[in-house]
Amino acid sequence: MRDVSIIGIGQTPVGEHWDLGLRHLGYQALRQAMQDASVDYADALYVGNMLSGETSGQAHLGALIADFAGLRGIEAVKVEAACASAAAAFRQAYIGVASGLQDVVIAVGVEKMTDDVGSTLTAGLASAADADYEVIHGLSFVALNALLMQRYMYEYNVTREDFAGFALNAHANGVFNPNARFQKPITHDSFMKATMIADPITLLDASPMADGAAAVILCPTEQAREFTDKAIQIRGSAVATDSLSVHDRRDPLWLQAAEISSKKALHQANIAPTDLDFFELHDAFTIMAALSLESCGFVERGKGTWPAKDGQIALDGKLPITTRGGLKARGHPVGATGLYQIVEAVQQLRGTAGENQVPNARLGMTQNIGGSGATIITHILENNN
Amino acid sequence: MSTQIARHWRLNSQRYQLVGEVCPNCSGKIFPPRDVCPHCADKERQPDYQFSGKGEVYSHSTVYKVPEGYEEAAPYTVALVKLDEGPLVTAQLTDVANEAVNIGMPVEMVTRKLKTQGDEGLIVYGYKFRPQMVAS
Repeated sequence: MRDVSIIGIGQTPVGEHWDLGLRHLGYQALRQAMQDASVDYADALYVGNMLSGETSGQAHLGALIADFAGLRGIEAVKVEAACASAAAAFRQAYIGVASGLQDVVIAVGVEKMTDDVGSTLTAGLASAADADYEVIHGLSFVALNALLMQRYMYEYNVTREDFAGFALNAHANGVFNPNARFQKPITHDSFMKATMIADPITLLDASPMADGAAAVILCPTEQAREFTDKAIQIRGSAVATDSLSVHDRRDPLWLQAAEISSKKALHQANIAPTDLDFFELHDAFTIMAALSLESCGFVERGKGTWPAKDGQIALDGKLPITTRGGLKARGHPVGATGLYQIVEAVQQLRGTAGENQVPNARLGMTQNIGGSGATIITHILENNN
Repeated sequence: MSTQIARHWRLNSQRYQLVGEVCPNCSGKIFPPRDVCPHCADKERQPDYQFSGKGEVYSHSTVYKVPEGYEEAAPYTVALVKLDEGPLVTAQLTDVANEAVNIGMPVEMVTRKLKTQGDEGLIVYGYKFRPQMVAS
C-alpha cells in the first residue's frame, strides 16, 4: 500500500445551473482540479453520481465525462452509493493509487437536480431507501429521517428546538462560502417557525437540493511534490454498511456504519477523535448531525444535540463542523456532496478557507452518508507539509 | 404507464397477510422475509411464519409533502411499528387522526389501498396499521 495525497481540487457553485448539463458541470470541476494540480493527464476517472438516470435520462457517466474532458480512452466508471456516491468515488480513486495500479487519478462528483424537480426527483431520492418495504408505504426520504428524529426526541427527552444550533451554525458559515447555495444567516425564530415537511422535520432542518460538481486529483504521496507544494495526505479511508431500511437496524438510533468506518479511519491515522481540528459531517437533516456525533464517539449517546447549544461546533469551538456551510447551507447535490466535503476539508488544511478558516487546522475528518445510514464513508486528511 | 405487476404480485402474502419467517436455528421471527437470518446468519430455508399483526407505535411522522400516487390520503401518518413478535415494520397508520398518534400506542394490521396510478393503472394493496380495537 502506498500513501496517497490530494494534489488538486475544483468545485462549481452549488445552485440552479439551468445553463449547464451534467457533462458541463462535471467538466468545470474536473478542469479546475487539473489546473490546480498542474496535471494534464490521468490514469483513471471515477465519477460519483446518484440520479443521472432518473433526472437526466443519462447513465454511463464515466465514458461521458472522460470524453467531454478530452480524456477519451482512459479508464472511467460511475460509482453509486446514493448520497454517499461522491465519497465512494473518492474511495475508489484512493484504492487505485494506494494499490499501485494507478498513479494520477481523478474523482469527480456531479449531480443535476434542477432539471426535474417534481415527483421524479422525490422518487429518485427515495430510491436510496428500501423500495419494497419503505417507499411503497408512502415514505419520502424526509419521512424516514423524521421517524428517527421523532423517536430520538422521545427517547432522550429533547425538543426540535435543541437541534436549531446545527442549522444556525451551518448558515452562519455558509455566508462566507462563495460556492454555497445559501449565503445568508437564519435566525432562531425562523428555524422555529419553518414550514413542516414531515413532522418533526421542517424546511430548515433539511438540506436543499441543488446542482453541483466537485473534483479532486490524487497521486502517490511520494510523487506529490513533483506537482505541488500544498499536497494534503489521506490518513484514513473507510466504508461501512448497515441495513438499507431503518426498520431492519439493530438499533435505529445508532449509526453502526458511522461507528465502524470512523473507528477504522481513526485507527489508520493513529489518532483519537479529540485530535481532529474539524469535522465535515453529513447534515442532510439536523437529526443526522446529532446521530453522527454520537456514533463517531464525539459525545455520549443521547447528547448529540449538546454541542449545537454551547458553541462547540463553531469555527472557534472545540469541534468545528460544517465549516463552509455543510449540506444545510452549501447545499446537497446528492451524488456530489461527498467531494464537496473533501474539497472544503482540503481548503481548511491548506489554510485557504477565508473567513471560514479554522485556526491552525492540520487534521480534518469528512463523513458522507448514503440513505439514512446504510452506507457511511469516513476520511481523515492531514496537512503534514 | 409502468405497472410492474410481477414486482407487487410476488409480495402478496407479505403485503396482504403479514407472512414472514421463523429461523429454524435461533427461532427469531423475521419480517420482511429474507434468505439469511438477520439474527444468527443461518442460511437454512426458513419456514413461513404468520405474524399476529399486533404491535405498538415505535415512531411516527405526519407527512405533508407526499410522493406521487399517495395524494389521496395526504397528509397521512407513517410509522415504525414494533410487532409483538419482535421485528419493526414501516407502514402507514389509518383510521386515526394524525394528532392522536403517539409512541407506544397499540396498533393492529389491516389491509388497505397503498398506492394508485391514475384511473387505469395498478392499485397496490397492503398492510397499514390502525389503533387496536378493544371489545366492549
